[in-house]
Amino acid sequence: MNTFRVLTIGGLLAYRALFNWIHPAIYIPSVLGFPMFQILFFAYLGRFSGLRDDAFFVTGNAIQAAGMAGIYASVFTIGNDRFYGTLGPLLASPASRAALFTGRALPIVANGLFVSAFGFVVGWAFLDFEPPLGSLLPLALVILVSAFATTAFGMLLGSIGLRTKDILLISNLAYFLMWLFCGVNVPLDTLPGWMQIVGEGLPVTHAVAAARELIDGAALGSVWRLVAAEAGIGAGYLIAAFALFRVFEREARRHATLETT
Amino acid sequence: MKVLRVILACWWLNLKNLSRSAFFLLTAVMAPVLLSTIAFYMFQAGGRPGTLLYAALGSAVYGIWSSTLFGSGGAIQWQRWGGTLELLVASPAPFVFAVAGFTLATATLGIYSLVATLAWGTLLFDVPLDLAHPALFVAAIPVTVLSLGLLGLVLASTFVLYRNANALSNMLEYAVLLATGMLVPLSLLPGWVTPIAWVLAPTWGIRAIRDAALGGDPVFAIAMALALAGVYLALGAALIANLERLARQRGTLSLA
Repeated sequence: MNTFRVLTIGGLLAYRALFNWIHPAIYIPSVLGFPMFQILFFAYLGRFSGLRDDAFFVTGNAIQAAGMAGIYASVFTIGNDRFYGTLGPLLASPASRAALFTGRALPIVANGLFVSAFGFVVGWAFLDFEPPLGSLLPLALVILVSAFATTAFGMLLGSIGLRTKDILLISNLAYFLMWLFCGVNVPLDTLPGWMQIVGEGLPVTHAVAAARELIDGAALGSVWRLVAAEAGIGAGYLIAAFALFRVFEREARRHATLETT
Repeated sequence: MKVLRVILACWWLNLKNLSRSAFFLLTAVMAPVLLSTIAFYMFQAGGRPGTLLYAALGSAVYGIWSSTLFGSGGAIQWQRWGGTLELLVASPAPFVFAVAGFTLATATLGIYSLVATLAWGTLLFDVPLDLAHPALFVAAIPVTVLSLGLLGLVLASTFVLYRNANALSNMLEYAVLLATGMLVPLSLLPGWVTPIAWVLAPTWGIRAIRDAALGGDPVFAIAMALALAGVYLALGAALIANLERLARQRGTLSLA
Protein backbone atom coordinates (compact mmCIF):
# COMPACT_ATOMS: atom_id res chain seq x y z
CA MET A 1 0.00 0.00 0.00
CA ASN A 2 2.82 2.35 0.94
CA THR A 3 4.60 1.51 -2.29
CA PHE A 4 1.42 2.31 -4.22
CA ARG A 5 1.15 5.65 -2.41
CA VAL A 6 4.76 6.52 -3.25
CA LEU A 7 4.15 5.52 -6.84
CA THR A 8 0.97 7.54 -7.37
CA ILE A 9 1.10 10.53 -5.00
CA GLY A 10 4.88 10.88 -5.20
CA GLY A 11 4.74 10.70 -8.98
CA LEU A 12 1.96 13.28 -9.23
CA LEU A 13 3.72 15.66 -6.85
CA ALA A 14 6.95 15.36 -8.83
CA TYR A 15 5.03 16.05 -12.04
CA ARG A 16 3.27 19.09 -10.58
CA ALA A 17 6.63 20.49 -9.52
CA LEU A 18 8.10 19.88 -12.94
CA PHE A 19 8.82 23.26 -14.57
CA ASN A 20 5.50 24.46 -13.13
CA TRP A 21 4.13 22.79 -16.25
CA ILE A 22 0.67 22.80 -14.85
CA HIS A 23 0.74 26.57 -15.35
CA PRO A 24 -0.65 27.24 -18.84
CA ALA A 25 1.78 30.14 -19.44
CA ILE A 26 4.64 27.64 -19.45
CA TYR A 27 2.91 24.49 -20.62
CA ILE A 28 1.29 25.91 -23.76
CA PRO A 29 4.31 27.58 -25.41
CA SER A 30 6.87 24.97 -24.31
CA VAL A 31 5.06 21.69 -24.51
CA LEU A 32 2.47 22.42 -27.21
CA GLY A 33 3.73 25.50 -29.09
CA PHE A 34 7.21 24.19 -29.83
CA PRO A 35 6.09 20.87 -31.37
CA MET A 36 3.32 22.64 -33.29
CA PHE A 37 5.78 24.87 -35.11
CA GLN A 38 8.23 21.98 -35.44
CA ILE A 39 5.57 19.97 -37.29
CA LEU A 40 4.61 22.91 -39.53
CA PHE A 41 8.24 23.74 -40.28
CA PHE A 42 9.24 20.24 -41.31
CA ALA A 43 6.06 19.68 -43.31
CA TYR A 44 6.75 22.84 -45.33
CA LEU A 45 10.44 21.94 -45.65
CA GLY A 46 9.25 18.53 -46.88
CA ARG A 47 7.04 20.18 -49.50
CA PHE A 48 9.98 22.34 -50.65
CA SER A 49 12.41 19.42 -50.80
CA GLY A 50 9.87 17.28 -52.64
CA LEU A 51 10.76 14.37 -50.37
CA ARG A 52 7.40 13.11 -49.11
CA ASP A 53 3.85 14.26 -48.43
CA ASP A 54 2.63 16.06 -45.29
CA ALA A 55 1.47 12.81 -43.64
CA PHE A 56 5.07 11.58 -43.54
CA PHE A 57 6.25 14.63 -41.60
CA VAL A 58 3.18 14.99 -39.39
CA THR A 59 3.48 11.37 -38.29
CA GLY A 60 7.23 11.51 -37.67
CA ASN A 61 7.23 14.79 -35.80
CA ALA A 62 4.04 14.17 -33.81
CA ILE A 63 5.44 10.87 -32.50
CA GLN A 64 8.78 12.51 -31.79
CA ALA A 65 7.01 15.33 -29.93
CA ALA A 66 6.20 12.73 -27.29
CA GLY A 67 9.94 12.15 -27.21
CA MET A 68 10.53 15.79 -26.37
CA ALA A 69 8.06 15.60 -23.51
CA GLY A 70 9.51 12.28 -22.36
CA ILE A 71 13.18 13.20 -22.48
CA TYR A 72 13.09 16.68 -20.98
CA ALA A 73 10.44 15.87 -18.39
CA SER A 74 12.34 12.79 -17.22
CA VAL A 75 15.67 14.58 -17.09
CA PHE A 76 14.23 17.50 -15.18
CA THR A 77 12.18 15.32 -12.85
CA ILE A 78 15.36 13.71 -11.57
CA GLY A 79 17.46 16.87 -12.02
CA ASN A 80 15.02 19.13 -10.17
CA ASP A 81 15.09 16.90 -7.10
CA ARG A 82 18.84 17.34 -7.06
CA PHE A 83 18.80 21.06 -7.90
CA TYR A 84 16.24 21.97 -5.25
CA GLY A 85 17.88 19.81 -2.60
CA THR A 86 15.09 17.26 -2.20
CA LEU A 87 17.05 14.35 -3.65
CA GLY A 88 19.03 13.78 -0.45
CA PRO A 89 15.97 13.42 1.83
CA LEU A 90 14.26 11.35 -0.85
CA LEU A 91 17.12 8.88 -1.03
CA ALA A 92 17.44 8.83 2.75
CA SER A 93 13.82 7.65 2.96
CA PRO A 94 13.00 3.95 2.97
CA ALA A 95 10.62 4.35 -0.02
CA SER A 96 10.84 1.71 -2.70
CA ARG A 97 13.16 2.97 -5.43
CA ALA A 98 11.16 1.14 -8.08
CA ALA A 99 7.98 2.92 -6.93
CA LEU A 100 9.76 6.29 -6.85
CA PHE A 101 11.11 5.75 -10.31
CA THR A 102 7.91 4.39 -11.86
CA GLY A 103 5.76 7.00 -10.15
CA ARG A 104 7.77 9.75 -11.77
CA ALA A 105 7.57 8.09 -15.18
CA LEU A 106 3.80 7.47 -15.39
CA PRO A 107 2.55 11.09 -15.62
CA ILE A 108 5.29 11.79 -18.17
CA VAL A 109 4.07 8.92 -20.35
CA ALA A 110 0.51 10.27 -20.12
CA ASN A 111 1.77 13.73 -21.02
CA GLY A 112 3.69 12.33 -24.01
CA LEU A 113 0.51 10.67 -25.24
CA PHE A 114 -1.35 13.99 -25.02
CA VAL A 115 1.41 16.02 -26.72
CA SER A 116 1.65 13.54 -29.55
CA ALA A 117 -2.12 13.49 -30.04
CA PHE A 118 -2.04 17.30 -30.14
CA GLY A 119 0.63 17.09 -32.84
CA PHE A 120 -1.61 14.90 -35.00
CA VAL A 121 -4.48 17.35 -34.50
CA VAL A 122 -2.20 20.20 -35.64
CA GLY A 123 -1.39 18.20 -38.78
CA TRP A 124 -5.07 17.52 -39.44
CA ALA A 125 -6.08 21.16 -38.83
CA PHE A 126 -3.32 22.98 -40.73
CA LEU A 127 -1.84 20.51 -43.23
CA ASP A 128 -2.91 17.87 -45.73
CA PHE A 129 -3.25 15.09 -43.21
CA GLU A 130 -6.35 12.90 -43.07
CA PRO A 131 -5.70 9.64 -41.21
CA PRO A 132 -8.29 6.92 -41.75
CA LEU A 133 -10.69 6.76 -38.81
CA GLY A 134 -9.96 3.08 -38.31
CA SER A 135 -6.28 3.86 -37.72
CA LEU A 136 -6.86 6.13 -34.72
CA LEU A 137 -7.11 3.52 -31.97
CA PRO A 138 -4.11 1.48 -33.12
CA LEU A 139 -2.28 4.77 -33.57
CA ALA A 140 -3.04 5.69 -29.95
CA LEU A 141 -1.50 2.40 -28.85
CA VAL A 142 1.64 3.07 -30.89
CA ILE A 143 1.94 6.57 -29.41
CA LEU A 144 1.53 5.16 -25.91
CA VAL A 145 4.29 2.62 -26.46
CA SER A 146 6.52 5.30 -27.96
CA ALA A 147 5.85 7.68 -25.06
CA PHE A 148 6.85 4.87 -22.69
CA ALA A 149 10.05 4.18 -24.65
CA THR A 150 11.12 7.84 -24.81
CA THR A 151 10.31 8.36 -21.14
CA ALA A 152 12.51 5.38 -20.31
CA PHE A 153 15.26 6.85 -22.49
CA GLY A 154 14.81 10.18 -20.68
CA MET A 155 15.05 8.37 -17.33
CA LEU A 156 18.38 6.92 -18.45
CA LEU A 157 19.64 10.41 -19.31
CA GLY A 158 18.23 11.69 -16.01
CA SER A 159 20.17 9.00 -14.15
CA ILE A 160 23.34 10.03 -15.98
CA GLY A 161 22.49 13.54 -14.78
CA LEU A 162 23.28 12.37 -11.24
CA ARG A 163 26.92 12.33 -12.29
CA THR A 164 27.26 15.23 -14.71
CA LYS A 165 26.54 18.94 -14.68
CA ASP A 166 25.92 19.15 -18.42
CA ILE A 167 22.84 16.96 -18.59
CA LEU A 168 20.80 19.63 -20.36
CA LEU A 169 23.40 19.74 -23.11
CA ILE A 170 23.29 15.94 -23.38
CA SER A 171 19.48 16.03 -23.48
CA ASN A 172 19.49 18.64 -26.25
CA LEU A 173 21.96 16.56 -28.21
CA ALA A 174 19.90 13.38 -27.75
CA TYR A 175 16.70 15.15 -28.78
CA PHE A 176 18.18 16.75 -31.89
CA LEU A 177 19.90 13.50 -32.91
CA MET A 178 16.56 11.69 -32.76
CA TRP A 179 15.33 13.99 -35.52
CA LEU A 180 18.11 12.69 -37.71
CA PHE A 181 18.59 9.06 -36.69
CA CYS A 182 15.00 7.92 -36.09
CA GLY A 183 13.53 8.43 -39.54
CA VAL A 184 11.44 11.34 -38.30
CA ASN A 185 12.17 13.64 -41.24
CA VAL A 186 14.48 11.59 -43.44
CA PRO A 187 13.55 8.04 -44.51
CA LEU A 188 15.82 5.66 -42.63
CA ASP A 189 16.84 3.77 -45.78
CA THR A 190 18.33 6.93 -47.32
CA LEU A 191 20.73 7.41 -44.40
CA PRO A 192 24.22 5.86 -44.24
CA GLY A 193 24.31 2.30 -42.81
CA TRP A 194 25.85 3.25 -39.47
CA MET A 195 23.15 5.83 -38.87
CA GLN A 196 20.46 3.24 -39.58
CA ILE A 197 22.04 0.92 -37.01
CA VAL A 198 22.08 3.68 -34.37
CA GLY A 199 18.48 4.57 -35.24
CA GLU A 200 17.35 0.96 -34.78
CA GLY A 201 18.50 1.12 -31.15
CA LEU A 202 16.74 4.38 -30.31
CA PRO A 203 13.16 4.93 -29.20
CA VAL A 204 10.75 6.52 -31.71
CA THR A 205 12.24 4.79 -34.80
CA HIS A 206 10.00 1.71 -34.75
CA ALA A 207 6.96 3.64 -33.53
CA VAL A 208 7.25 6.11 -36.41
CA ALA A 209 7.53 3.25 -38.90
CA ALA A 210 4.50 1.49 -37.38
CA ALA A 211 2.42 4.69 -37.30
CA ARG A 212 3.18 5.43 -40.94
CA GLU A 213 2.07 1.94 -41.94
CA LEU A 214 -1.14 2.29 -39.91
CA ILE A 215 -1.93 5.62 -41.56
CA ASP A 216 -1.31 4.00 -44.94
CA GLY A 217 -4.08 1.53 -44.07
CA ALA A 218 -2.22 -1.40 -42.50
CA ALA A 219 -3.85 -3.35 -39.66
CA LEU A 220 -2.39 -3.39 -36.17
CA GLY A 221 -1.63 -7.09 -36.58
CA SER A 222 0.74 -6.38 -39.44
CA VAL A 223 2.84 -3.90 -37.46
CA TRP A 224 3.01 -5.77 -34.17
CA ARG A 225 6.69 -6.58 -34.65
CA LEU A 226 7.52 -2.87 -34.86
CA VAL A 227 5.39 -2.10 -31.79
CA ALA A 228 6.99 -4.96 -29.87
CA ALA A 229 10.45 -3.72 -30.87
CA GLU A 230 9.63 -0.23 -29.60
CA ALA A 231 8.29 -1.65 -26.32
CA GLY A 232 11.36 -3.87 -25.97
CA ILE A 233 13.71 -0.93 -26.53
CA GLY A 234 11.79 1.07 -23.94
CA ALA A 235 11.97 -1.78 -21.42
CA GLY A 236 15.71 -2.07 -22.05
CA TYR A 237 16.27 1.63 -21.41
CA LEU A 238 14.08 1.53 -18.29
CA ILE A 239 16.06 -1.36 -16.80
CA ALA A 240 19.34 0.37 -17.67
CA ALA A 241 18.08 3.65 -16.19
CA PHE A 242 17.00 2.02 -12.94
CA ALA A 243 20.24 0.04 -12.63
CA LEU A 244 22.33 3.16 -13.29
CA PHE A 245 20.28 5.15 -10.80
CA ARG A 246 20.97 2.55 -8.11
CA VAL A 247 24.68 2.39 -8.96
CA PHE A 248 25.03 6.18 -8.81
CA GLU A 249 23.00 6.31 -5.60
CA ARG A 250 25.35 3.80 -3.97
CA GLU A 251 28.41 5.65 -5.29
CA ALA A 252 27.05 8.97 -4.04
CA ARG A 253 26.48 7.52 -0.56
CA ARG A 254 29.94 5.97 -0.49
CA HIS A 255 31.79 9.10 -1.61
CA ALA A 256 29.35 11.71 -0.23
CA THR A 257 29.03 13.24 -3.69
CA LEU A 258 25.25 13.35 -4.15
CA GLU A 259 25.14 17.13 -4.48
CA THR A 260 28.70 17.91 -5.42
CA THR A 261 29.31 16.31 -8.83
CA MET B 1 31.02 58.64 -28.85
CA LYS B 2 30.14 57.81 -25.24
CA VAL B 3 27.13 55.84 -26.46
CA LEU B 4 29.32 53.77 -28.72
CA ARG B 5 31.73 53.14 -25.86
CA VAL B 6 28.90 51.87 -23.61
CA ILE B 7 27.58 49.57 -26.33
CA LEU B 8 31.05 48.24 -27.14
CA ALA B 9 31.95 47.68 -23.48
CA CYS B 10 28.73 45.76 -22.78
CA TRP B 11 29.05 43.85 -26.06
CA TRP B 12 32.60 42.80 -25.24
CA LEU B 13 31.75 41.91 -21.62
CA ASN B 14 28.80 39.72 -22.61
CA LEU B 15 30.73 38.17 -25.50
CA LYS B 16 33.49 37.08 -23.11
CA ASN B 17 30.93 35.94 -20.56
CA LEU B 18 28.94 33.80 -23.01
CA SER B 19 32.10 32.48 -24.67
CA ARG B 20 32.94 30.76 -21.38
CA SER B 21 29.66 28.85 -21.39
CA ALA B 22 30.20 25.44 -22.98
CA PHE B 23 26.43 24.95 -23.01
CA PHE B 24 25.78 28.15 -24.94
CA LEU B 25 28.59 27.61 -27.43
CA LEU B 26 27.85 23.96 -28.11
CA THR B 27 24.13 24.62 -28.48
CA ALA B 28 24.86 27.52 -30.83
CA VAL B 29 26.93 25.21 -33.02
CA MET B 30 25.07 21.94 -32.56
CA ALA B 31 21.52 23.02 -33.40
CA PRO B 32 22.24 24.65 -36.79
CA VAL B 33 24.69 21.93 -37.79
CA LEU B 34 22.11 19.23 -37.09
CA LEU B 35 19.37 21.19 -38.82
CA SER B 36 21.56 21.66 -41.87
CA THR B 37 22.37 17.92 -41.88
CA ILE B 38 18.67 17.03 -41.85
CA ALA B 39 18.04 19.57 -44.61
CA PHE B 40 20.95 18.20 -46.69
CA TYR B 41 19.58 14.66 -46.45
CA MET B 42 16.05 15.84 -47.20
CA PHE B 43 17.14 17.80 -50.27
CA GLN B 44 19.35 14.95 -51.49
CA ALA B 45 16.65 12.31 -50.99
CA GLY B 46 14.04 14.64 -52.48
CA GLY B 47 16.10 15.18 -55.62
CA ARG B 48 17.11 18.80 -54.94
CA PRO B 49 20.87 18.49 -54.38
CA GLY B 50 21.46 21.92 -56.00
CA THR B 51 19.92 23.55 -52.97
CA LEU B 52 22.57 22.42 -50.48
CA LEU B 53 24.27 25.83 -50.19
CA TYR B 54 20.79 27.32 -49.86
CA ALA B 55 20.17 24.99 -46.90
CA ALA B 56 23.58 25.66 -45.37
CA LEU B 57 23.07 29.42 -45.41
CA GLY B 58 19.54 29.13 -44.03
CA SER B 59 20.73 26.91 -41.17
CA ALA B 60 23.58 29.32 -40.45
CA VAL B 61 21.22 32.29 -40.09
CA TYR B 62 18.98 30.07 -37.95
CA GLY B 63 22.00 29.65 -35.66
CA ILE B 64 22.33 33.44 -35.32
CA TRP B 65 18.59 33.70 -34.65
CA SER B 66 18.66 30.89 -32.08
CA SER B 67 21.55 32.50 -30.18
CA THR B 68 19.84 35.88 -30.27
CA LEU B 69 16.55 34.48 -29.01
CA PHE B 70 18.10 32.52 -26.17
CA GLY B 71 20.37 35.40 -25.20
CA SER B 72 17.61 37.99 -25.38
CA GLY B 73 15.45 36.02 -22.99
CA GLY B 74 18.28 36.21 -20.49
CA ALA B 75 19.83 39.60 -21.32
CA ILE B 76 18.10 41.47 -18.50
CA GLN B 77 17.21 38.48 -16.35
CA TRP B 78 20.85 37.41 -15.98
CA GLN B 79 21.78 40.91 -14.79
CA ARG B 80 18.92 40.70 -12.30
CA TRP B 81 20.14 37.34 -10.99
CA GLY B 82 23.73 38.61 -10.87
CA GLY B 83 22.75 41.67 -8.86
CA THR B 84 24.10 44.11 -11.49
CA LEU B 85 20.76 45.28 -12.89
CA GLU B 86 20.26 48.05 -10.33
CA LEU B 87 23.80 49.35 -10.91
CA LEU B 88 23.27 49.45 -14.67
CA VAL B 89 19.96 51.29 -14.35
CA ALA B 90 21.34 53.73 -11.78
CA SER B 91 24.44 54.58 -13.83
CA PRO B 92 24.38 57.81 -15.90
CA ALA B 93 24.70 55.92 -19.19
CA PRO B 94 21.29 55.17 -20.76
CA PHE B 95 20.29 51.61 -19.88
CA VAL B 96 19.09 50.87 -23.41
CA PHE B 97 22.65 51.01 -24.76
CA ALA B 98 23.85 48.53 -22.18
CA VAL B 99 21.08 46.08 -23.12
CA ALA B 100 21.79 46.68 -26.82
CA GLY B 101 25.42 45.70 -26.19
CA PHE B 102 24.31 42.50 -24.43
CA THR B 103 21.90 41.42 -27.16
CA LEU B 104 24.35 42.29 -29.93
CA ALA B 105 26.85 40.00 -28.21
CA THR B 106 24.44 37.06 -28.33
CA ALA B 107 23.83 37.68 -32.02
CA THR B 108 27.58 37.92 -32.60
CA LEU B 109 28.03 34.48 -31.09
CA GLY B 110 25.82 33.24 -33.90
CA ILE B 111 28.86 33.71 -36.16
CA TYR B 112 30.13 30.46 -34.65
CA SER B 113 26.99 28.85 -36.12
CA LEU B 114 27.66 30.39 -39.51
CA VAL B 115 31.27 29.20 -39.66
CA ALA B 116 30.45 25.76 -38.24
CA THR B 117 27.52 25.15 -40.59
CA LEU B 118 29.39 26.23 -43.72
CA ALA B 119 32.47 24.22 -42.73
CA TRP B 120 30.31 21.16 -41.95
CA GLY B 121 28.51 21.39 -45.28
CA THR B 122 31.70 21.90 -47.26
CA LEU B 123 33.68 19.13 -45.57
CA LEU B 124 31.01 16.44 -45.25
CA PHE B 125 28.51 17.16 -48.00
CA ASP B 126 30.71 18.83 -50.64
CA VAL B 127 28.60 21.95 -50.55
CA PRO B 128 30.28 24.32 -53.02
CA LEU B 129 31.16 27.64 -51.42
CA ASP B 130 31.31 29.67 -54.61
CA LEU B 131 30.14 33.14 -53.69
CA ALA B 132 28.54 35.31 -56.37
CA HIS B 133 29.37 38.60 -54.60
CA PRO B 134 32.09 37.92 -51.99
CA ALA B 135 32.38 41.55 -50.84
CA LEU B 136 28.64 41.91 -50.37
CA PHE B 137 28.55 38.52 -48.63
CA VAL B 138 31.12 39.81 -46.13
CA ALA B 139 29.08 43.01 -45.70
CA ALA B 140 25.79 41.13 -45.29
CA ILE B 141 27.01 39.14 -42.27
CA PRO B 142 27.63 42.04 -39.82
CA VAL B 143 24.47 43.75 -41.04
CA THR B 144 22.49 40.58 -40.30
CA VAL B 145 24.12 40.28 -36.88
CA LEU B 146 23.35 43.94 -36.15
CA SER B 147 19.70 43.71 -37.18
CA LEU B 148 19.13 40.46 -35.29
CA GLY B 149 20.95 41.82 -32.25
CA LEU B 150 18.68 44.86 -32.18
CA LEU B 151 15.64 42.65 -32.70
CA GLY B 152 16.98 40.94 -29.59
CA LEU B 153 16.87 44.32 -27.82
CA VAL B 154 13.13 44.56 -28.55
CA LEU B 155 12.60 40.97 -27.42
CA ALA B 156 14.65 41.50 -24.25
CA SER B 157 12.67 44.58 -23.28
CA THR B 158 9.42 42.67 -23.88
CA PHE B 159 10.48 39.41 -22.30
CA VAL B 160 11.49 41.07 -19.08
CA LEU B 161 7.85 41.87 -18.36
CA TYR B 162 6.93 38.24 -18.90
CA ARG B 163 8.08 35.88 -16.17
CA ASN B 164 7.98 32.86 -18.41
CA ALA B 165 9.97 34.36 -21.26
CA ASN B 166 12.03 31.21 -21.76
CA ALA B 167 8.88 29.24 -22.50
CA LEU B 168 7.83 31.84 -25.05
CA SER B 169 11.24 31.84 -26.69
CA ASN B 170 11.00 28.05 -27.10
CA MET B 171 7.88 28.55 -29.18
CA LEU B 172 9.23 31.47 -31.20
CA GLU B 173 12.32 29.61 -32.35
CA TYR B 174 10.64 27.49 -35.03
CA ALA B 175 7.83 29.95 -35.69
CA VAL B 176 10.33 32.57 -36.87
CA LEU B 177 12.50 29.97 -38.62
CA LEU B 178 9.46 29.07 -40.70
CA ALA B 179 7.98 32.53 -41.18
CA THR B 180 11.14 34.32 -42.34
CA GLY B 181 12.10 32.03 -45.19
CA MET B 182 15.38 30.88 -43.70
CA LEU B 183 14.92 27.40 -45.16
CA VAL B 184 11.45 27.39 -46.69
CA PRO B 185 10.71 30.01 -49.38
CA LEU B 186 8.04 32.50 -48.34
CA SER B 187 6.17 31.79 -51.57
CA LEU B 188 5.26 28.33 -50.21
CA LEU B 189 3.65 29.78 -47.08
CA PRO B 190 0.16 31.28 -46.82
CA GLY B 191 0.01 34.88 -48.08
CA TRP B 192 -0.74 36.38 -44.65
CA VAL B 193 2.70 35.29 -43.44
CA THR B 194 4.55 37.62 -45.85
CA PRO B 195 3.75 40.96 -44.11
CA ILE B 196 4.83 39.41 -40.80
CA ALA B 197 8.07 38.29 -42.42
CA TRP B 198 8.79 41.81 -43.69
CA VAL B 199 9.06 43.24 -40.18
CA LEU B 200 11.37 40.48 -38.96
CA ALA B 201 15.11 41.00 -39.41
CA PRO B 202 15.98 37.36 -40.25
CA THR B 203 13.91 37.69 -43.46
CA TRP B 204 16.21 40.41 -44.79
CA GLY B 205 19.33 38.93 -43.23
CA ILE B 206 18.94 35.59 -44.99
CA ARG B 207 17.89 37.32 -48.21
CA ALA B 208 21.00 39.52 -48.13
CA ILE B 209 23.35 36.62 -47.36
CA ARG B 210 21.69 34.29 -49.86
CA ASP B 211 21.57 36.84 -52.68
CA ALA B 212 25.22 37.68 -52.05
CA ALA B 213 26.19 34.00 -52.09
CA LEU B 214 23.94 32.56 -54.81
CA GLY B 215 23.50 35.60 -57.04
CA GLY B 216 20.90 38.33 -56.98
CA ASP B 217 20.71 41.83 -55.62
CA PRO B 218 21.61 41.80 -51.94
CA VAL B 219 21.86 45.60 -51.66
CA PHE B 220 18.13 46.12 -51.15
CA ALA B 221 17.98 43.40 -48.48
CA ILE B 222 21.03 44.89 -46.72
CA ALA B 223 19.35 48.31 -46.76
CA MET B 224 16.13 46.83 -45.37
CA ALA B 225 18.03 45.03 -42.60
CA LEU B 226 19.75 48.31 -41.67
CA ALA B 227 16.46 50.22 -41.73
CA LEU B 228 14.82 47.60 -39.52
CA ALA B 229 17.79 47.78 -37.15
CA GLY B 230 17.07 51.52 -36.75
CA VAL B 231 13.39 50.85 -36.10
CA TYR B 232 14.23 48.15 -33.54
CA LEU B 233 16.63 50.51 -31.75
CA ALA B 234 13.96 53.21 -31.50
CA LEU B 235 11.31 50.71 -30.39
CA GLY B 236 13.68 49.06 -27.92
CA ALA B 237 14.62 52.45 -26.45
CA ALA B 238 10.94 53.32 -25.93
CA LEU B 239 10.20 49.94 -24.35
CA ILE B 240 13.23 50.06 -22.07
CA ALA B 241 12.36 53.63 -21.00
CA ASN B 242 8.87 52.45 -20.13
CA LEU B 243 10.29 49.47 -18.25
CA GLU B 244 12.60 51.74 -16.25
CA ARG B 245 9.75 54.13 -15.45
CA LEU B 246 7.44 51.34 -14.25
CA ALA B 247 10.19 49.67 -12.24
CA ARG B 248 11.08 52.95 -10.49
CA GLN B 249 7.42 53.80 -9.78
CA ARG B 250 6.57 50.37 -8.40
CA GLY B 251 9.93 49.47 -6.95
CA THR B 252 9.94 46.19 -8.88
CA LEU B 253 13.26 46.34 -10.72
CA SER B 254 14.65 43.28 -8.99
CA LEU B 255 11.36 41.48 -8.53
CA ALA B 256 9.68 40.87 -11.88
